Amino acid sequence: MSHFRSEIYQRAEELVALYPRPRSAMLPLLHLAQEQDGYLSDEGIAEVAELTGTTPADVRGTASFYDMFHLEPVGKYVVGVCTNIACLLAGGEEFLEHASKKLGCPVGSTSEDGLFTLEETECLADCNIAPVVQVNHRYVRTTTPETFDAMIDELRDGKLDHDVPSHGTLIRVRRSGGLRASRQEVADQRIAAKAARDQRVESEAK
Amino acid sequence: MAALDAPRIVTSRRDFADSFTLARYLDTGGYVALKKALTMFPEAVAAEVDAASLLGRGGAGFPAGRKWSMLRKSPISYLVVNGDESEPATFKDHYLVERDPHQLVEGVIIAAYALQVNQAFIFMRGEFALGLERVQQALNDAYAHGALGSKIFGSDFSLDVVVHPGAGAYICGEETALIEALEGKRGFPRIKPPFFPAVTGLYGEPTVVNNVETMSNLPWIVNNGGAAFAALGGGRSTGTRLFALAGRVKNPGVYEVEMVKNTFRDLIYDPQLGGGIIDDKQIKAFIPGGVSAPWFGPELLDLPLGQDEVAGEGSMLGSGSIVVMDETSCVVRAVWRITKFFSRESCGQCTPCREGSGWIERAMYRLEHGGGRMEDIDLLLDLCDNIAPGLTWPPQQTTICVLGPSIPSSVHSAIQMFRDDFVAHVQHGGCPHE
Repeated sequence: MSHFRSEIYQRAEELVALYPRPRSAMLPLLHLAQEQDGYLSDEGIAEVAELTGTTPADVRGTASFYDMFHLEPVGKYVVGVCTNIACLLAGGEEFLEHASKKLGCPVGSTSEDGLFTLEETECLADCNIAPVVQVNHRYVRTTTPETFDAMIDELRDGKLDHDVPSHGTLIRVRRSGGLRASRQEVADQRIAAKAARDQRVESEAK
Repeated sequence: MAALDAPRIVTSRRDFADSFTLARYLDTGGYVALKKALTMFPEAVAAEVDAASLLGRGGAGFPAGRKWSMLRKSPISYLVVNGDESEPATFKDHYLVERDPHQLVEGVIIAAYALQVNQAFIFMRGEFALGLERVQQALNDAYAHGALGSKIFGSDFSLDVVVHPGAGAYICGEETALIEALEGKRGFPRIKPPFFPAVTGLYGEPTVVNNVETMSNLPWIVNNGGAAFAALGGGRSTGTRLFALAGRVKNPGVYEVEMVKNTFRDLIYDPQLGGGIIDDKQIKAFIPGGVSAPWFGPELLDLPLGQDEVAGEGSMLGSGSIVVMDETSCVVRAVWRITKFFSRESCGQCTPCREGSGWIERAMYRLEHGGGRMEDIDLLLDLCDNIAPGLTWPPQQTTICVLGPSIPSSVHSAIQMFRDDFVAHVQHGGCPHE
């Protein structure tokens, strides 16, 4: 019995098939595990280990390197406020302090109602609209305390569900098309192309 | 006055709200370059890129054509596109993946054809949720349109492109760390030599890694010829380039300007570009190429935006990110925050970087927040010297990758330029700006 529900499991298998080696699917699979559980649960980690042909310890050791993976449960909405250089110059630190007050939780923790987790992030590459705020990795582009508060209230009332889907950066990424159905054909073409090129390089060298 | 008459090479669709759709892309000349490229020999396509002298737009500025031709004799297995844009205050690739994903995809297909590889990966920051969606949609559309997949546009060339999400690690922008992450491991940069993934890359096979902006230039180069690209700019810095302007300017944003023909002053002050400093304050300092680069003072505002020009003054154009600080900005706080970033993002493999970044961060913290000592200022320089001996530019390296030697840049620059500010912090027992 898989820990992943069937839709996620199917996407996971498709992801593994995209790569020459299954372990390469590690990061996308961890994003899927997080999409289902909100964080990396023991069961999710075991599932990813199974799919990549590794061990849970190996998966956890890899996941812990990356900031986007949560090894502990987090709120429904992870609010990230950037304080790196461009945001710092736009008052990012004060903004983070304000966010902490508004959400009622210190930076790095989750609000009592379990709705919000507040994080101080590194540069999120949207520096022309600073300080940058992301919720579940969606740019919400609120740069004043007032607009931030309004955005949080709307989130709380479920009015931003379309703009800010739940966890999982791949939640709306679906692949269609691709070459994987004809791998032999690709391999044959590759050999032929290499031979043709070698020939051209050789004739050029002469 | 800024020279703004150069063609828009990578931002030609910036005025269209639907610039990311296939319909708009086809309407504005999309996939014409690919069709043209497919009628040429792969080497001829590579030769155009070589003729363009296109310098890699990721940060190191290595000529893309040379990166490709280095491997001519041994076939390349994989093309990997670096979209892990994480250098603080750099947001140009973010613009390209969200606003013009088809241009990127077409560039990737052209590059793959020139290199004759059948498998490409686009490694993108995991935080770019919308970017991942837009690029995947562009790929889906390209497959359906026949521009990607088996026998592209009826030719003998086939290609598969996979979008690979990162998961929040600055170091994965370093190409060997990126490859490790793509292999499903921690993003630990690989020991050099070999210096290039072209020798040992993904799964130990020859791999070319190119930046998103580099790829996005290729359709234009194929359409107009390498010579037309090389005619723009000056010296080794050909073509146009995207600059991400941030900090204390009126109009921060991504601007495509011709290299060398424009200066930092043009970019920061031209009304059509940065528009000057907020509240018309005086500029105090600016970072010319991402936080890994040494800082410049206002006396270098008239320096042209060119790779060698900036290198000649002891810094780098790097990732194309320019951060402006004005008289209201606290440089000590800025350095502290930059060092905190490096300390957080150091992968931990090499002692000078892992320990040095944390040590410098703690010293900077006490200077900024109270408890700083006069001897801390020289201690900081000594720590920097231990990471990059001699504090030269380009820096000496004691670590596997260049993250380590990037740490001293801001510390050393700020102490050299604004030692008085550091002294004031010690005397005041914290930041006098507060």
